[in-house]
Order: sequence, then structure tokens, then C-alpha cells
Amino acid sequence: MSTAAARRPLDDRRGLGTMAWIMAVMLFLTVLTGAIGLATAGGTRALDRQLAGRLTVQIVEPVAATRSLAALRLLQALRQSHDVARAAAVDRARLAALLEPWLGGEAADADLPMPALIDVDLAPDGEAERVAALVRSIAPAARVDAHAQWMAPVRRFLLLVTWLAAGLVGLMALATAAVVLLAARAGLETHRPTIEVLHMLGSTDVQVARLFQRRIALDTLGGGAVGTLAALATVLVLGQRLAGLDSGLLDRVTLAPGDWAVLVLLPLAFAALAFFAARVAVLRALSRTL
Amino acid sequence: MANIVQFENVGLRYDTGAEVLSDISFTLGTGAFYFLTGSSGAGKTSLLKLLYLAQRPSRGMIRLFGEDAVTLPRKRLPGFRRRIGVVFQDFRLVPHLSAFDNIALPLRVAGVPEAEIAEPVGEMLAWVGLQERTHARPPTLSGGEQQRVAIARAVIGRPEILVADEPTGNVDPDMAERLLHLFESLNRLGTTVVVATHDFQLISRIPRAHMMRLDKGRLLDPTGSLRHPAGPGL
Ligand SMILES: Nc1ncnc2c1ncn2[C@@H]1O[C@H](COP(=O)(O)OP(=O)(O)OP(=O)(O)O)[C@@H](O)[C@H]1O
Ligand SMILES: [Mg+2]
Repeated sequence: MSTAAARRPLDDRRGLGTMAWIMAVMLFLTVLTGAIGLATAGGTRALDRQLAGRLTVQIVEPVAATRSLAALRLLQALRQSHDVARAAAVDRARLAALLEPWLGGEAADADLPMPALIDVDLAPDGEAERVAALVRSIAPAARVDAHAQWMAPVRRFLLLVTWLAAGLVGLMALATAAVVLLAARAGLETHRPTIEVLHMLGSTDVQVARLFQRRIALDTLGGGAVGTLAALATVLVLGQRLAGLDSGLLDRVTLAPGDWAVLVLLPLAFAALAFFAARVAVLRALSRTL
Repeated sequence: MANIVQFENVGLRYDTGAEVLSDISFTLGTGAFYFLTGSSGAGKTSLLKLLYLAQRPSRGMIRLFGEDAVTLPRKRLPGFRRRIGVVFQDFRLVPHLSAFDNIALPLRVAGVPEAEIAEPVGEMLAWVGLQERTHARPPTLSGGEQQRVAIARAVIGRPEILVADEPTGNVDPDMAERLLHLFESLNRLGTTVVVATHDFQLISRIPRAHMMRLDKGRLLDPTGSLRHPAGPGL
């Protein structure tokens, strides 16, 4: 007889678009922010995985012979410890290469007193404290550094960005709910005569609310899909640029497949949010009428 | 005979204005036919609004279908309203819906399956002589045509009470009579009918109908049969 759209009692084809565009912008920003947050969260996790359980033992001793002896004894002791999975001396050539930017050609000088370094990987149930105690008992002058400690400022920064992104996504959700609330109220005002008739014909508030929920959820989904696609494209481009930088630190800031799934779910979550915000707004407004 | 409606000392004021209805007391018998008359501004529409639950009274008691309608909780209003068909004085058609969909609205609101809608709506369109205008939207219909859509919408759900506010004001005498015949048919099927009208020609067509007359917000009762019209004749 007539299409479903033609028999819907609220003429919601008018005004279509505005809401969808707002939602496109909202979800563009949300997905972009979400991507940044997820990537930094992933970076933090990767950092933790990589650094957890790694120590460096440093023996600062000006006399080369004493230094070598201490290093050897330490290596032996560490390799026998149950707390240690692997212990290896960092060879002098590699150390020299590491120091070259600071020391220039002198770094290659065999007589230059350089500390002996031992890289230690803790066993899965290894305790850094026990290892440190062991090292001190053998070579009181040796220093034990946990890698996690060096990277702590980077980790803190990544964590801060993650929380900031989470907060922004939350704010965006709030703003979206507020926009829906305003739109629902405006819609109620626009359609008041029709809603009065529907009420007089015996429509329940829930039936009236359904008319709004539907429209707003669809606009959010439609606009949101556009915004999300744009944001994902932006994220892809940024990701490629980042990979191109080949910077050791930022390499870990990437999106896992699960993260992409979360991003794709964001517009659905926002549509659900819009749906319920519209429902609550309409039901509350109607409860004040007869 | 059981009463379907009972008003007891009902008063109504809009906001803080003077009372537009005062001391209204009457009962409507189930299945009877009533005309409500009175000059313009007497309060006919206001009284009908109380009847179809578009307005709560400022005082007094109203019983509808055997229940207190004044303190009826909001969430029970839709159930009551679905049992009442209303022809509004100003039609109140939904402007962007076709004649067909306007008439179908009460059925859809009541959750009637889509497959069971076309037939009764088609029948109603034929009854009010608007088959040709099935897909026309109200703004493209004449006043009389809109009125007939409004009437079709009010009766399609076979309501227990039909309230019609000047339902023949915009149609020619032939159509008025035809519409009255529609009300009468519905009445014979058990619907209690209340028609507000100025048209005494129309009133004289239904001798068994009861008369209610409003004057400046008060129900006149010169013969005594008006106050409780179920008395004589039925
Ligand atoms: N919403 C309203 N707010 C304030 N006053 C109102 C309202 N509706 C009606 N009135 C007043 O109530 C009185 C009765 O109006 P009502 O519409 O019931 O009369 P009526 O008998 O239906 O008149 P008519 O024959 O012209 O339709 C009038 O004085 C009118 O001005
Ligand atoms: Mg009136």
C-alpha cells in the first residue's frame, strides 16, 4: 500500500542530515582520539614486555685488570643464580660504538677506561632485588640498573596520553548525548501537534519515543560511519608516516587487530548511546504532558 | 442500563482564568446516542475534551468505563483513549500522511498487523466517499474531505465511545446525512455516541437521541430528561 517511510507519523525526512553531519564530526574526532589512546596503550604494553626483567650490571673500576676479573666473577655468579635466565657481557666494541657519538674517535682507544657491562635477563620468577644483592656481595662497587627505570619517563608519557585520550572519548560521548538531548527536545517541539494527536489516538510514550530513537540512532550510525571511515583512513596514513620515521621509540606505538575492532565498534556504541539518550529525553519530556 | 460515563459537579478552568465549565453533572448510558448543543463559546469542546481525556477537570468527579478518570495514572491513559474515538473540531489530521495512512493510524497505534489494515481502511474510505483520494495528503483535501477523513479515523477502531465535535460543519446536507448514518450504524453496534452540533436539522434525524444543552459553561436541564437522559425513551 505504502512504504514504511511514507506511513511513519513523524515527518522525519525533514532535517535529516544536520544530525548525521554532527555525528560524522563527533565520530571522526572520537575514533581518531581512540586510535591515539589505543596505540599509546599498546606502546606501553610493548615497552613493559620488552623491559620487564632486564637489568644491566655496570662495573666502574679504573684498573682494567681488576675490572675484567670482577666482571668474570660476576658473570659466573649470575649464571648460577636461579633468578637469572641469561647473563652476557656487553663486548667492548659494541660499547665503544654506543659511546662514539659522545666521545668521538677516542671511544675506540683501548686504554680508555670504560665500565664493564653485563646484560641480565631475569628468570620468569626472578627477583631484581636478589640479583642486586648478589651483585653487591661480589662487587660492592657495581651498579645494577633496571631498564624499566630508564624508560620510566617515556612510559609515564605514553600512559598520560592514553588517559587523556580515554578522557576525551568520554567527553565526546557526553557531548554526543547532549546533542541528542537537544535534538530530541527540538524534535518534540517541531512535531508537537502530531504527537498530541498520537497521544489522543492512544499512543503510549514508548511508542512516540520509538519514532525519535529510530531516527536519531540511524543518523548517528550513518553519519558515524562516514566519520569513522575518515578517521580510520587518517590513522592509516599517520601509521605509515610513523613507520617511515624508523624511530626506535615510536615503533612500538601501533594498533593491534583488536584495537581496530574497538575503533570500528565505536560508531555502534555511539548509536546505542544516542538511541538511549533520545529515549530518555523523549520519555522525560512526555511525562510532563497529559 | 449501565452508565459508561458519569460527571459529578465537574468544573474546568484553563490556567488561572474563570471557570468555562461549572457544576456539570450527567451520566451517559452505554450504547445510547447524545447530541450536545449550545452557542459558540458555551463550552462544548471543553466538555468533550474532559470526556476524551485531553484535559483534567479542575474539580469534580468523572467516571469512565466504571473507573475514576480524574486520578487515572498517566500510563493508563493510552488504554482508555484507545476505547474512545474522537472527531476533533479542527480535524487534526497528520499533514504528511495520506488519507489512507491517517485513517490507519489508530489501528497501527493499537498494534494491528499490517496485513489486516488495508481492508478495513479501504472500507472506511468507501463509506466516507474518498476512494479516489486514498493517497491524497490532507493539505490537498477540501475542508469537507478532511472532515470525512477525520471521521473515518475516529470510527475505524470500533470505539466504545465516539466523540464528534461538530463533525458535519464542513459538508453538504447529503454528506452530513450520510455521515450521521455512519454514526448511527456504529451506535447500533453498541458504541455510545456523543455529537456536538449546532445543526438542528441533523438532530431531528435521530429521534431516539438524547439532548444535552450547554449555556455559558452550565448544563441546562429544562425537562429533567436531559440530566439523566437514559430515563425516558430507552
Ligand atoms: N485552551 C484554552 N485556554 C483558555 N481558554 C479556553 C481554551 N479553550 C477554550 N477556552 C475558552 O473556553 C470557553 C469555551 O470554549 P469551547 O471551545 O469549549 O466552546 P465551544 O462551545 O466548543 O464553542 P464553539 O461552538 O465555537 O466551538 C470559551 O470562552 C473559550 O474562550
Ligand atoms: Mg467547540
